[in-house]
Amino acid sequence: MSKVLMKGNEAIGEAAIRAGALNYFAYPITPQSEVAEYLSGRMPEVGGVFLQGESEVAVSYMIFGAAACGERVFTTSSSPGISLMSEGISYIAAGECPCVFVNIMRGGPGLGGILPSQADYFQATKGGGHGDYRLLVMAPASVQEAVEMVMASFALAEKYRNPVMILGDGLIGQMMEPVEFPEHLKVEPSNKDDWATNGMDTRKSNKRNLVKTLYLDPEQLNAHNLKLKAKYERMRREEVRYEPYNIEGEYRVLIVSYGTMSRVCRTAIDHLKEEGLEVGMIRPQNLFPFPGKAILDAAAKESCEAVLSIEMSMGQMVEDVERSVIGKRPVHWYGKCGGEVPTPEDVMDEVKKLLG
Amino acid sequence: MGKTFHRPEALADTITHYCPGCTHGVAHRLVAEVIDELGIRGRTVGIAPVGCAVLMYNYFTLDFQEAAHGRAPAMATGMKRVRPDLIVFTYQGDGDLASIGMGEIVHAANRGEKFTTIFINNAVYGMTGGQMAPTTMPGQRTTTSPLGREPSVVGMPIRMAELLASLATPGYIARQTLISPKYINRAKKAIKKAFTYQMENRCYSFVELVSTCPTNWGMTPVDALSWVEEKMLPYYNLGEFKTPEDE
Repeated sequence: MSKVLMKGNEAIGEAAIRAGALNYFAYPITPQSEVAEYLSGRMPEVGGVFLQGESEVAVSYMIFGAAACGERVFTTSSSPGISLMSEGISYIAAGECPCVFVNIMRGGPGLGGILPSQADYFQATKGGGHGDYRLLVMAPASVQEAVEMVMASFALAEKYRNPVMILGDGLIGQMMEPVEFPEHLKVEPSNKDDWATNGMDTRKSNKRNLVKTLYLDPEQLNAHNLKLKAKYERMRREEVRYEPYNIEGEYRVLIVSYGTMSRVCRTAIDHLKEEGLEVGMIRPQNLFPFPGKAILDAAAKESCEAVLSIEMSMGQMVEDVERSVIGKRPVHWYGKCGGEVPTPEDVMDEVKKLLG
Repeated sequence: MGKTFHRPEALADTITHYCPGCTHGVAHRLVAEVIDELGIRGRTVGIAPVGCAVLMYNYFTLDFQEAAHGRAPAMATGMKRVRPDLIVFTYQGDGDLASIGMGEIVHAANRGEKFTTIFINNAVYGMTGGQMAPTTMPGQRTTTSPLGREPSVVGMPIRMAELLASLATPGYIARQTLISPKYINRAKKAIKKAFTYQMENRCYSFVELVSTCPTNWGMTPVDALSWVEEKMLPYYNLGEFKTPEDE
């Protein structure tokens, strides 16, 4: 298939359709409203469902209801909207229903701004909503990668019966890049007979299905949480994804960066190489599970003097980097989060400053 | 002579946790009878609320989802939009529907979502222990209005049926009560109409049931029935407020 030039937000909507997710509920919020605008026209064309909900809170429960029926369903939003959806996300994770949430992050806290940000790292990877749950969090660094992650996310959500979050920054949603939609990423929906609440008539057995999140018996609730934990442990074993850059040879600094920020870092690393300064990078593609071992291994290299977490936040992922490096190397943070993306020069200056 | 009174197939053969004199049991039975009579058990999915009826899925023999507080209409919307062939009903109390879930119920009704809501109005928060609800009567003492509801401070009780009937979108909106066999028969007719409109894909349908909560009202079950008749029914008028034929 040939490549087409598409805006990130529209490509994300199209990717979901190509993956067989024909049900979309959303509430408008900058900088991702183009997804809803695109799908309001596109879903009827493909016989899918488009509905603009009355609030992000309601949308998260429309997703829950639809997902609990066993249908492929997704929504897109941006940071303040994801805060509102976080109540529903906690229930969906507890009720073990597969679905996909896309967060095209903007600056916070509060209303913050509408420009790109990565300040929802904690929210996405550590909770957001209440209780012990995790999301599988995928962080694209290009429109093409966003397409591929969205297309893969539905099967992953079904594999784990858990919500998946695509965590992109505003630039991923707003920029245009050439994309293609790989056919092989479309996976047929899994069989949901043993749990989906889609009417007893749909099953051969006369067993009724129940999607619930209340466990009044402490032993049952503990057992439920242990079951959820086992899924998250399996994600840690099977879903770690990262991209190493320039770590084959010697390097003095290891950068850890993701999303749009990692592309800037890549350019900075190339420029520094020309100046004779070697810097390596690990780019987490999935933020949960986090590629801690890869970062530790890369940081432990003899030549590596320091680790630098670069993110468009005031220092969130850096906590996971510190946790991964376990004191073997000094860990530093650099970033901006007003909506301005640090330039390659900013990154180069920061690396040089670090090395004195 | 055959058996003339039996447990509906849609109702599980089990003991409920409801208090003596509570009308949830009657409301459950009416819903189950209607599901049986319409022959829709195999394609019906219920949505349990947060409130006393949170465990209602234990008392029905059909697929169920359990909502967060107030969010059942949004879940029902999600279900009906992706599976219009299913019959979906929410069953909600007054704290759930008229307070925290006000946004969800109004917008679902206004979109004309093709599901049915059974609204239990007992003028109080039941499960959390008898706090004031949006439906609490003026002067009614609750654990958070110990001197009685004071309208000058917290406003008058919300009449949900009238509020939803004011929407321009076609719908079936009715209020009945469960305090005697005469009223119970009327309530069942309204519930059956509501499900039938849904099966015909006609409109959103809503049946409010003025109910009792003897435990939190601090009354005997019999006194609670009288209190509904004397205090609640003059304010919460019974009848059909809107039918799709009105349009």
